[in-house]
This record gives sequence, C-alpha cells and structure tokens, in this order.
Amino acid sequence: MNPSGNSGRALPRASDTLPWALVTPALGWTLLFFVLPFIAMGLSSLTAHEGGGFTLTNYSQFFTNPSYWQAMVNSLEVTAIVTVISVLLAYPFAWILAEQVPERWQRLALMLAVLPFWTSYVVRSYSWLLVLAQNGVINRALTGIGVVSEPLQLANTRLATVTGFVHFFVMLLTLTIFANLKQLSPSYRKAAADLGAGPVRTFLHVILPLTLPGIMVGAFLTFVLCIGDYITPQILGGNNELLMPQLVMMQIGRRGDFPLASALSIILMAVVSVAYLACARWLKIERT
Amino acid sequence: MRSVARIVSWIYALAVYGFIFLPVVVLVLFSLQSTSFPIPPFTGPSLRWYEAVLSDSRLTSALVNSLLVALISSAAAVTLGFLSAWGFARFVLPGSGLLRGLITLPLTVSYLIIGMGLLVLFNWAGVPKSLLAAGIGHVVINLPLCFAIIYSQMGDHQINIERAARDLGAPEWKVLLLITVPVMAPAIFAGFFLSMTFSWDEFVISFLLTRFETTLPVEIWNLLRSGLNPKTNAVGSLVFAVSIVLVVFFELTLLRRKPA
Repeated sequence: MNPSGNSGRALPRASDTLPWALVTPALGWTLLFFVLPFIAMGLSSLTAHEGGGFTLTNYSQFFTNPSYWQAMVNSLEVTAIVTVISVLLAYPFAWILAEQVPERWQRLALMLAVLPFWTSYVVRSYSWLLVLAQNGVINRALTGIGVVSEPLQLANTRLATVTGFVHFFVMLLTLTIFANLKQLSPSYRKAAADLGAGPVRTFLHVILPLTLPGIMVGAFLTFVLCIGDYITPQILGGNNELLMPQLVMMQIGRRGDFPLASALSIILMAVVSVAYLACARWLKIERT
Repeated sequence: MRSVARIVSWIYALAVYGFIFLPVVVLVLFSLQSTSFPIPPFTGPSLRWYEAVLSDSRLTSALVNSLLVALISSAAAVTLGFLSAWGFARFVLPGSGLLRGLITLPLTVSYLIIGMGLLVLFNWAGVPKSLLAAGIGHVVINLPLCFAIIYSQMGDHQINIERAARDLGAPEWKVLLLITVPVMAPAIFAGFFLSMTFSWDEFVISFLLTRFETTLPVEIWNLLRSGLNPKTNAVGSLVFAVSIVLVVFFELTLLRRKPA
C-alpha cells in the first residue's frame, strides 16, 4: 500500500487547501454513512424497544434466552464446518491447477473454476435449491438408479446450508491458494529434491508450511463472510434452525425491534473481532 | 505410480469442476423448460419463461433500477476514491495513515451490519426507504475498494509525469484531467467495474433500505416466495449473463493491457 516509495524526494507540502479538498469528500462520506450509523446502532442497542429509556436488556436477553444463544452456537458450528471442508476441498484443487495444468491453460482453467463466483448470492442459493429439492436433480438421479426408494430430505437442512456455502468458498479459496502456490519459487522444490526428499516429504515439510499463512488468511476471510451471510441459510436452510443473521433480520422484519437487532449485530461483530485477534496472533507466530 | 497419481488428480479436478458448475447448469437448463416446474425431466427447449420475464414490468423496472443504482453508485465511489487516493499519494497530510485506515475500514464489516447501521440512522433521521438510500449504502461498500485499488497503483512514474506537466506551466486542474486521469485509467476502470459487479449483485443492503421501488436481487427474492419456478431460473440466468459479460469485459480491457 506504500504509494510510491519515493522516500528520497519530498512530496509537495500540504500548505494549501487542495489536498484537503481532495480527501475530505471520501472522509466525510465514511464518517457520515459508516461511522455515524455505527454510533446510531450502538445507541439504539442501549434503548428499550418499548418506551425508549436506557437499558441493557437487549444484551442480557442474548445470554438469557436459550434460542438466541443457540443461534450463535449454530452460526459458529456451521461456519467452522464450512471453513474446514472448503479448505480441504480447495487446496488439492488449487494445487492441481497450479502444478498439473500446463502453463498456458492455467489462466483459463482458473477463470472457469471461479466463473459462478460472479453470480449473485440470491441466484446461487436458488440454484442449489433446484439441485437439492424433493423432486430435484439429485433426488431424481438417486431414485432413478435405485440407490434410495424415497426422495431424501436435502433442502431446508443444515446440509443444504453447508453445501451452498462450501460451493462459494471453494471458489474463493481456490483463488487465494492458487495465487499463494504460484508465488512460491520453484527453487524450494528443487532444493528439497536435491537434498533427497520425495514428493510427499517435499509437500509436507516445504510447500505446506510455506502456504500456511495464505491458507489462514483465506480461512479467516471465509469465517467473516460466512458468519455474516443471511441469504444462504435463509434460502437453503429454511427456518428449521436459525443462524445469527437470520435472527437479526427476524427482529427487524417481524417485530420492527431495531434495538434488539442492533444489539445482536454488535454481538456478532464482537465475535468476528475476537476471531480476528485470535487469527492475527496465530499468523504472527507463524511468520517468526 | 506417477501416472496413477496423475489420473487421480484429473478425476479430482473434474469432480470439483462438476460441483462448481452443477447448480449453474441446472439453473440455465431448466430456464429453457417448457412446462411449469424447473425439475426433471427436461421438457424444453423453450423461451417462454424468458418472454415471461421480459413482459413482467416489475422485473424489467427492477432491472433498470439495478443498472442505474450500480452505474451511479459506482461512479460516485470511484470519483471519491480517486480524489482521495490522489490527495493521499501526492501530498503529506497529518495523520495520513490513520485517515487511510478509516477509509478502508468498511471492508472489514459485513454488508448486513453496514445495512443495519444505515437503517437505524435513516430511521432516526426520518430519511425514507428508497433507491437513493440503497445507493448510498453501495457507495459505502465500494468506496474503500476503489480507494485501495487506485491508491496502490499510484507510483513514482506517474508523479514524474505530473511534475513535468506542472513545470511546463499546467495549472492543477489541467494536470488532473489531462495527465493523472488518463495515466490512472486502468486502475480507475478496475475500481469502477468491480464496484459495478458488487452493486449489481448486492442484496441485503437493498433489501433493508428500499421499499416499493427496488433492485433486481430483491425482486428475485420476492419471486422465491412462490417456490421453484422456471421464471426465476430465466431471470437468474439473465443476471448471471450480465455478470459474466462484466467480468469478461473487465478481463479483456484491463488485464490484457498489463504486459504491454
């Protein structure tokens, strides 16, 4: 992010008003429509839905109402499962693209692999609903070849939510891990081979540790995007078990309870921040 | 042994490709269904559901709304992002690092929470739900992206060209319009197209901040209430096609230029 690296030469001094005229619109926008809403949300979370006085009940409800608590547990479980499965699926795939596919086809292969990444969330989740529905493609195929006699309940389950998420994050992680693998100098592998390591040992002791920080970054990104997403669980999981974003939206939609929705959003953000801190520390240890 | 490993890896890669493309293929295939349910067996091909989409005024007006919101909010985001990137890259400003951090901060917060915050603020300030409100939200999510892309591309080379222009007597506005903007065009376009695709696809902010007139993803969401329907497949395929056109255009115009 260092703009120019022209440390030797001084940039023009900010003596006149021009530089401030340039940066103020963007700063003002961010303050007005990002920082201020956040403050409003914080204040709202401390007001009572009925009456409007100061209260902490919006927060205490989260800890005392088992169904709210359960939504957080569900969110964390689903996010953990999705992150692990996505990394395990994407890593070998990215490795094959980076190592086995001939150089001149790699760009095309990668572009194809992430093409559905660009469809909207809503459309992607709906497409999975088509695949997983009672009379959908998978159930027709399974009953057709006689694996099962009755269609399986696939849609409106946690399995469906996880499938929809994994689909998205396999593409995202393939991109990040592929970039990571391509950055490795081939001389690492040559050096390992010269020192007598076979392909398996080279991978376990050289390639994997070198790509681990990149994997952690991708996994963290997966965690953040997954735990904050409303669409996928709402369309694919249905209302059988609620995740945190569904719980937040429910407070707004059905009850118009902005204070409680604000408090739940802030709790969700706090959890993400904790994950960030944990992840940042872990990454630092990894680099030294 | 080697060839076995190779075959296994090809099978694995094909399986993952299959997984990635399965929902897209099913979506597009059953958008061509001639009967009323987008489930096997396939009865098409027929374009009747595309006709149904194009003659549905709610969907077509939502499509126009989506394009307008994407165009205007992206133009606003890239303008604000470019001006601030230029300011921070060219001049020494007190607290520069902190201020740059502030501009990029929204990248770390989920859309749901950004939308919630704006909803609470607008609710208090008495701002009605509208496309404008959703557009403001889209600028919030895209401004940091545009800023980061353009700021990271402002290097020594560009500074020297600008300096030459100033030495030759060009006033600041001429330097900006005739030198900086053309030189930075690839980064500006990159920011603009990425913003377009993100705004075009964005759901939750539009869902929270619009009411009667809304964007296409929200209108598709409304269609989902009627269950599985080939019309939803058709409109979904169209949205997918627009995104692909944007991405391919982006690839061809920007990434091809780099080696030159």
